[in-house]
Amino acid sequence: MVAPLVALRGLSVDFENGGRSSRAVDGISLEIAPGEALGIVGESGSGKSVTWLAALGLLPGRARVSGSVRLEGHELVGAPAATLEQVRGRRIAMIFQDPSSCLNPVHRIGWQLVEALRLHRGLDGRASQAEALRLLDQVGIADARRRLHDYPHHLSGGLNQRVMIAMALAGQPDLLVADEPTTALDATIQAQILALLGGIRRDTGMALVLISHDLGVVAENVDRVAVMYAGRLVEEAPGADLFGAARHPYTQGLLAALPSLTGPRHRLAAIPGTVPDPWNVPAGCRFAPRCPVAEARCAGTAPPARSIGFRHVSACHRQVEAGFSVWALPRAAE
Amino acid sequence: MNALLEASDLRRHYQVRAGQGLLAARATLRAVDGVSLALHAGRTLGLVGESGCGKSTTGKLVLGLVPPSAGTVRYRGEALPSVGTPAWRALRRRIQMVYQDPLGALDRRLPVGRQIEEPLAIHEETTPAERRERALAAMDSVGLQPHQYGRYPHELSGGQRQRVVLARALMTGPDLLVCDEPISALDVSIQAQVVNLLLDLQERLGIAYLFISHDLKVVRQVSHDVAVMYLGRVVEQGEAESLFAAPAHPYTRALVSAIPTIGPRRERLLLQGDPPNPVNVPPGCAFHTRCPFATAECRAEVPALQPSADGRLVACHRIHEPALKVAA
Repeated sequence: MVAPLVALRGLSVDFENGGRSSRAVDGISLEIAPGEALGIVGESGSGKSVTWLAALGLLPGRARVSGSVRLEGHELVGAPAATLEQVRGRRIAMIFQDPSSCLNPVHRIGWQLVEALRLHRGLDGRASQAEALRLLDQVGIADARRRLHDYPHHLSGGLNQRVMIAMALAGQPDLLVADEPTTALDATIQAQILALLGGIRRDTGMALVLISHDLGVVAENVDRVAVMYAGRLVEEAPGADLFGAARHPYTQGLLAALPSLTGPRHRLAAIPGTVPDPWNVPAGCRFAPRCPVAEARCAGTAPPARSIGFRHVSACHRQVEAGFSVWALPRAAE
Repeated sequence: MNALLEASDLRRHYQVRAGQGLLAARATLRAVDGVSLALHAGRTLGLVGESGCGKSTTGKLVLGLVPPSAGTVRYRGEALPSVGTPAWRALRRRIQMVYQDPLGALDRRLPVGRQIEEPLAIHEETTPAERRERALAAMDSVGLQPHQYGRYPHELSGGQRQRVVLARALMTGPDLLVCDEPISALDVSIQAQVVNLLLDLQERLGIAYLFISHDLKVVRQVSHDVAVMYLGRVVEQGEAESLFAAPAHPYTRALVSAIPTIGPRRERLLLQGDPPNPVNVPPGCAFHTRCPFATAECRAEVPALQPSADGRLVACHRIHEPALKVAA
């Protein structure tokens, strides 16, 4: 196997809040190979965004990060600010859900692109102007020369997200972390942006971490998927295996809760209860209180991540058999 | 079949300034531009479209919360009385609204039980004991526990808050709920709970829904009929399952094909560019600027919403051309 580009080992994040500590991310281990597309799926509070903010040292001071994040073998957790500056934007870039809040409203698009090019690539003057034009062109912005003089508020949400992607590409990163990049966009614009990201990956060989709550978005755009619940990784598998033969009750529940766009309509299997608050997580398996097949030991000890197939890992005591959904049990879902 | 609620040729135009500054020319924003809908008792009409297409404004027009610039809304055959009159207030008991953000729709300083009771205090002469009893019954019908009566909104989860909003809407025994993105703010696992609840309530109480959402999969799950809007107009309307299985209008086809799904890859009709500004709607068919099949006729003339073979309503000049089907 190829050496991983980025490897997380036992990454944990604790937030201190008025003497009370809550663990938002609990021992995440993940690897991304060069050029690979990895999807991170989870509901709000699952820690899917915090994991990557922590990996890049972007969390505020009251967050305590432990464990290890290695970029081609170099440790990033606890690394000096100067080292992280060299990584952020240049090796690993990140884009977010709301592009208009990430762009500076008082500067023109062109100015912001040129700034990124100067910081990450040391380009100046005419070279940076030409490169800025090329980047806008690469992200499919028509009439790029005129757009350089526009402010973010002149542009639609879809165009602003294209500008954000152009800025992320300015440093020619090896990995792009896209945190819900299309959640704020309309369906037809979302399809455009995802097609654009796919095209850029084909052209540049850049790796992608796609964080999303939308299983459909993830299914269509990545090779491998990791599912998070309440700060822990519960299942990880190649896309086809995860969506076709999910083994963890939570993943199976997420899939059963999704209405379909084709075929006959039947009642959705709804996972009962709600996601636990981060300061009040259940002991043992965190999904146990909502799980239809939970046993006594599930509430007692946290299940370890176990390999259950080729590159397929699930953290569940029950080891649900392939091809069997725990939500198909009578009245399991009410 | 007599419609519960019938809207015909509804229009809502706003006067805005095109461009910036005080001296900018006045322009007309056509938020809703000639929408006709019929809602039947106990049925669900889904209203879909992207942001700015006028689906929320249509919901408010139907409730009378926004007066129409033109057109009429009839409830059980009678014109909607003007806002603020006793007749309108009496009618509002029958038509309730559910919004996207339950926290914004609830008062943070009042226990939720008190808020569920409030419609009774407004609309009916009741004693506090009666109100409490009926509030508890409504809470039970939406799956809330009696001990949650005294809780404040911040003590409940998003899904529970939306249940509170639903319980409150049910207090006056409405026969129509206008739901504007009722589950969009909820997590995937909670969305399914609320979708199931809405379907159960309809089956039990015979409530009709006008279900406004951008989420096509959810709309398909709950709706009997669906209307697709683009820039203030309905471009296609028909029975839910067949509309999503075989969308006819090029915009509907693009919209349906843009929905990311799990399972085998489908053909995708990728649109170029953004929707036009509703202040500056293109002449002719508003969709022609993004439509891969547009002709000179589409650029000049607005297509009417016309019935096609299977009872589907479609507003497209080229809908009867067999070539259109192959080109996708």
